[in-house]
Amino acid sequence: MKTWIEKQRHLIDFTINSLARRKGKNLSLLAVYAVLVFVLASVALYTHALRSEAVRVLADSPEIILQRLIAGRHDLIPPDYIDNIGRIRGVQKMEGRLWGYYYDSVLKANYTLMVSPAHTLPPGEIIVGPALERMRGLDTGSGISFRAYSGKLETFIVSDVLDHASELVNADLILMNEADFRNFFNYPAGHYTDVALWVANPLEVRNIGRKLLDQLPDSRPILREEVLRTYASVFDWREGMMLALLSAAILAFGIFAWEKAAGLSAEEKREIGILKAIGWETGDVITMKFWEGLLISLLAFLLGYVAAYLHIFHAEAGLLQPVLQGWSVLYPSFALSPEIDPLQVATLFFFTVLPYTAATLVPIWRAATTDPDLVMRG
Amino acid sequence: MIFQPAIIALLLAAALCMTMMLAATPFAVQLIRHWDLRSGSERQLRLERLTYLFSMLMMLVCVLQVLSTLLFVFNAERMSIMFVGAMCAVGTLNANVYGFPALYAQLLLFFAATSWLALNRVDNGARNYPLIRAKYAFMLALLPLAALVLYLQFNFFVRLEPDVITSCCGSMFSEDADTIASELSALPPRQAMLVFYLGLASAIALAAWQGWGKPARTRWRATAVGLSSGLAFAAALTGLLAFVALYIYEHPHHHCPFCILKAEYHYRGYLLYIPLFAAAAAGLGAALVAQFGRRQGLEQLAAQHSAALARIAALGFTLFVLIATAMIASSRLILLD
Amino acid sequence: MLELNNIRKAFNQGRHNEHWALRGIDLEIPPARISVLKGPSGSGKSTLLSILGCLARPTEGRVRLDGEDISALPERFLTEIRRRRFGFIFQQFNLVRGLSAIDNIILPGIPDGQPRAKLLARGEQLLTELQLDHRRDAAVEWLSGGEQQRVAICRALLNDPTVLIADEPTANLDSKLAGEFLLILERLAQAGRTIILTSHDPLVIEADIVDQVFSLRDGRLTGVEIRHPAFRLTR
Repeated sequence: MKTWIEKQRHLIDFTINSLARRKGKNLSLLAVYAVLVFVLASVALYTHALRSEAVRVLADSPEIILQRLIAGRHDLIPPDYIDNIGRIRGVQKMEGRLWGYYYDSVLKANYTLMVSPAHTLPPGEIIVGPALERMRGLDTGSGISFRAYSGKLETFIVSDVLDHASELVNADLILMNEADFRNFFNYPAGHYTDVALWVANPLEVRNIGRKLLDQLPDSRPILREEVLRTYASVFDWREGMMLALLSAAILAFGIFAWEKAAGLSAEEKREIGILKAIGWETGDVITMKFWEGLLISLLAFLLGYVAAYLHIFHAEAGLLQPVLQGWSVLYPSFALSPEIDPLQVATLFFFTVLPYTAATLVPIWRAATTDPDLVMRG
Repeated sequence: MIFQPAIIALLLAAALCMTMMLAATPFAVQLIRHWDLRSGSERQLRLERLTYLFSMLMMLVCVLQVLSTLLFVFNAERMSIMFVGAMCAVGTLNANVYGFPALYAQLLLFFAATSWLALNRVDNGARNYPLIRAKYAFMLALLPLAALVLYLQFNFFVRLEPDVITSCCGSMFSEDADTIASELSALPPRQAMLVFYLGLASAIALAAWQGWGKPARTRWRATAVGLSSGLAFAAALTGLLAFVALYIYEHPHHHCPFCILKAEYHYRGYLLYIPLFAAAAAGLGAALVAQFGRRQGLEQLAAQHSAALARIAALGFTLFVLIATAMIASSRLILLD
Repeated sequence: MLELNNIRKAFNQGRHNEHWALRGIDLEIPPARISVLKGPSGSGKSTLLSILGCLARPTEGRVRLDGEDISALPERFLTEIRRRRFGFIFQQFNLVRGLSAIDNIILPGIPDGQPRAKLLARGEQLLTELQLDHRRDAAVEWLSGGEQQRVAICRALLNDPTVLIADEPTANLDSKLAGEFLLILERLAQAGRTIILTSHDPLVIEADIVDQVFSLRDGRLTGVEIRHPAFRLTR
């Protein structure tokens, strides 16, 4: 055991020295390797951060949202609907919600207008999301006009700006008073957009959903866990698509690694021949090459991953945002909460180190089985 | 089919394993047919060089199995959110009939690869390579296993349908969705403890006898070490499910062998699984290696290696029992009164 | 101590350019002597030397080292024998460029996993014996031909081998350096080492210290000259 460790130390020493002696070749390999890790890690870190953001946001949302359907289309909740539901055991709170979209021709973007039960706003005042603050130059106290559905221009005073921390969801949000909302959209009195239900026991959610469906066959209950699940699969799907697109890059990298490993310079070949002639066994050469691959892989992985981390969490993912985030015109600009997921690191390892190892296996073996008497012959 | 990076990675790894084994097959056949150490012909020299490639390959297969088994379990855990009723990895693996078989096949391939490596190590110590044909015949037998792993994994993933929201209504309500069993069935704790400690104690005793006792003339002791290691592995898993996990989770009903690998439980599962798997693999290797003790050139070597492997098995199982017992002792859960 | 029995060696076997470099060689190398293989280029002397030095296996025939048949040993074991019992000095010296003299010298000690301190001490001792200790840390490409050869000799002696093999050792040296080299060889032979050389340099072949000369042509042994055996036996 002791001699084994001593031997590995010697081999690592020798490997580091030999890597340093061929700086050009190894640095180019390292650079390509690290760039691949960087790109893949950026995608992975970014989608993971978005996913966690969504989970965090949904954590405070109601367990069930009840929509009403007419001919398969989402429709308003009529006034008697909520009373008809009556009391269902296990439902802590039930509340009609009012919200809708407004298209702003100035920014060519959709806002979400909402009546927030949490904020009681005086008439004529609104609270806006950070994207509006930024793009329409709004601040507390400033006024803004929108064309209401009646055709009249309505002016609102901004009384507050929403928190930047959860910009992913509230970037384009405008909160207003219920009367203002109904007036602005000509919303029929007593109608609601949908109904939110809060349920205390998570195991009850499904049963309550089923009861709602029995009572109101024209409704569609949406469970929070289903939304989470859908989000998860949408984000996974996007990440998977990205990876599929990048698979060409991975393949190219594999070929590159193969080439680098197979294209031994005459000098390197000679060196291996010498080592074998003076008593190194094929297995020793393979072990040395294994350390070489491990060192390069670890270094590239570390470099690429750290760079990706900085890119996503400190440079706001400048290179990826347009591709992965979505279709919204109002790009939320937000710093994602840094989060490293072991599953993703493991996956990333599979996509980078594995192709490298597989690609270099045969070239390493070829090099290591150089005939020891080659140095005599030539 | 869920299009997801970890799944793609797993399928790629399984495909890689299988492709490598497939590519090696014609060479292995050549080796079995033409191996002749007495000859110095160029073909013989080429075959000898090939043996190095095969060792590297099997080593890679082995490492791949370890990594992909971990990734497989990790990923199943993560995906449990997508299935109604699935609380953790167990639920995902139960999502269709291929889940657990895929996991078992992977473990089987892992143990087969470690056994091969044990044989290879012994054989490489003997100047006449007495096991060369047996070794490569064994390797050929691993090809179908690698194919099976790929087949099961592929079917498992392809048939996974997440319960996501569809346009007309929430998924749950469109049909009476069948909820997945989210727990594995387990023995009652008292019986399980008996099985657990008895199984492991007998394996430890046998392995220690093989490892430190006088070398045996016959093969039965080594065979017993192998059998008892296999049984101890099963007993260990039974115990994990039935009570060790409960103590770790401090929850009387959560029988999951995978959640202990999670950060919430401080990755304690690794402390248990690493010695357990190492010990089981070593125990099997000890038995296998000793079967060839009568081959010329292996009279000493087989016994030495078998003893060394048995020592690893004894130490590994002991470590496992100690760690598991320590975890139980430090738990606040009271299962037996 | 080294016995060859009907050794044949083929290259490109089974192909149209099949070539038999050795066609049945029988010889015996006595211990603690200096033996020379001579012959024109293409006579097979390098091939023979690599078989003698366990660098290659014969296609046919038996090689015995101290009575043990080593011709059917797999490379793994042949390498071990080569590392522990043979030392090599190559025509081009074959030092690893970019490494210092001392790092080159300790290379054969790495596979056995000897502690670095021990290896360094042994290397330094050898450097001192060959009066090269002042060049210990010089990169080998900056050494002169004679110095490079002495580094190569140190490397060959690191594992204290019983047999020393040298392929055309004086080809890249002038007469003065070649003379010094022969003196070193004589000292090593006196210390009990078996030495096998290939050469077509008259300076070597006719040197007084050589005990046996084997002549080769077209892969066959054409003559064996044994000089002053009586003198050697008393030594």
